[in-house]
Amino acid sequence: MNILLITEQRDAQWNKTSFETLAAAQQMAAETKSRLAAVVIGKGVAALAGELAATKLDEVLLVEHDLLSAYTPDGYTIALKQVVAQAKPDLVLLPHTYQVRDFAPKLAASLGKGMIGDCVGYRHENGKLIFVRQMFQGKTAADVVFEGAAPWFATFQAGAFRADLVAKGSSNAPVTPISVELKPEQIRTKPLELFREAKQAVDLTQAPILVAVGRGIKAPENIPLAEKLAKLLGGELAASRPICDEGWLPMDRQIGSSGQTVAPKLYLAIGISGAIQHVVGMKGSRTIVAINKDQNAPIFEVADYGIVGDLFEIVPALNEALEKK
Amino acid sequence: MKIVVCIKQVPAKDAPLAITDANWIRETDIGFEMNEPDSYALEEALRLKEKHTGEVIAVSMGPERVKQTIKEALAKGADRGVHIADDKAHTLDPLGAAKSLAAAIGREKPDLVLTGLQSEDQGFGQTGVLLAELLGLPHATIIMQIDAQDGGLRVKRELEAGWFQWVELPLPAMLTIQSGINKVRYATLKGIMAAKKKEIATITRESLGVTHEPTQRIERIYVPTKTKKTEFLTGTPKEAAAKLIEKLKHEARVI
Repeated sequence: MNILLITEQRDAQWNKTSFETLAAAQQMAAETKSRLAAVVIGKGVAALAGELAATKLDEVLLVEHDLLSAYTPDGYTIALKQVVAQAKPDLVLLPHTYQVRDFAPKLAASLGKGMIGDCVGYRHENGKLIFVRQMFQGKTAADVVFEGAAPWFATFQAGAFRADLVAKGSSNAPVTPISVELKPEQIRTKPLELFREAKQAVDLTQAPILVAVGRGIKAPENIPLAEKLAKLLGGELAASRPICDEGWLPMDRQIGSSGQTVAPKLYLAIGISGAIQHVVGMKGSRTIVAINKDQNAPIFEVADYGIVGDLFEIVPALNEALEKK
Repeated sequence: MKIVVCIKQVPAKDAPLAITDANWIRETDIGFEMNEPDSYALEEALRLKEKHTGEVIAVSMGPERVKQTIKEALAKGADRGVHIADDKAHTLDPLGAAKSLAAAIGREKPDLVLTGLQSEDQGFGQTGVLLAELLGLPHATIIMQIDAQDGGLRVKRELEAGWFQWVELPLPAMLTIQSGINKVRYATLKGIMAAKKKEIATITRESLGVTHEPTQRIERIYVPTKTKKTEFLTGTPKEAAAKLIEKLKHEARVI
């Protein structure tokens, strides 16, 4: 089998999830005795291709064009379609980043093919690749297999594989430039400048203890309850996305794929169900505590300690006990 | 502006999910609601119409029950609904579902197609981008602001880790909407009454004549295996709280 990994960079800086997916691709290539090639796409990214060539793979494909210097879904789709036609992969793997979500389904569909997105793992059983993804906000998992003729497309969720397990190559892999044809009029969207919103008031990545609230907190007037717990523990208050969407806490308190990724020594998830988008931002925490009324909430899958019950009884009890000390 | 907004009906957030032998969930005895990301897309469509005039058409695919979600969209202010009827819609793969939606949406010749960025049931997160490809439209995803300008759009696209980017694109176009872009309205009594007179056109998915060979198949759905062994602390709230503090102090040693 031929496996093709498509890496991601912006302004010649790697998106680090590329290496997590590389670790997955290396493992898969070894198990299925496949050839592994990796694509670096952009403009002025030859140094990145050189860096990638030092890892264990068979070939690096360098795809450069003036019209690829800024990402556009049209530019990437048109260019990568030509790369796929030349490299003839059976399986195309990508990291499940916001950018990949923006173009990969289009790339697959432009070839009449399908994509299994946001996979958390895979299994190789009886010569068959089975991809594992989550459904119903993480409450169920699904084993999914490809049907029909290759190429097949799959993306892996951030944190599904470990970038530090990427194997070095015994010698540098060859870097092959691939030329693609691309005309300005084929690109229909015009990307403008990148920017950040008003400066972040808090840097949650530096907090040793985080008390995070989710939908279970029910109303903004209940937030001081969690705030008090955070204060008693010497930690910061954080939240899942819905709380920030509602405006109950500012966006810079948000943990998850669209917010901050944290790994404190203690993370208390209060009334957070544990949707994938939240869990990817906190699962690296050293000790995780979950308090939730639903014992089947997916947050308990990553929790070290769990209390099933009413947070409006448990949090005050915690506050009271901590105040006594 | 003629806007089509795709809304999906999904199990209610607190619905207990029982997995069936048919690799789906038992639908009897559970509540359904509008997919939350799609409710933000609907709100954005209504606001664009209020600002620039036009028409909002709510499109949903699924069994008879999804009409209830279309009615909710009509009560909030959508002008009419299109129901693509198929009891087995949930068995379609992402491309198959998108082809069916595209066939119905293409007939409307909209200026703008909106969806939420992903669904809370299957969570493919592909439908919007696939619709753009199938309908031949330029697109942008995970959008946090839409400004209409000179026959086109200027949109704020959310990137990762707090970054954003402005993108300009011509109409007609397709956008997927990020949750939190706006404050979603509630249906008023007046809206609910007005919705009773609004049209919901039902088309069977079969009649759309979509041909599709599945690109993927779900072999099994199941309750995920735990990656960690959770120690559950029990007792009264006071007892559980005391046990937790004890554990954090002397076992995990994090406080």
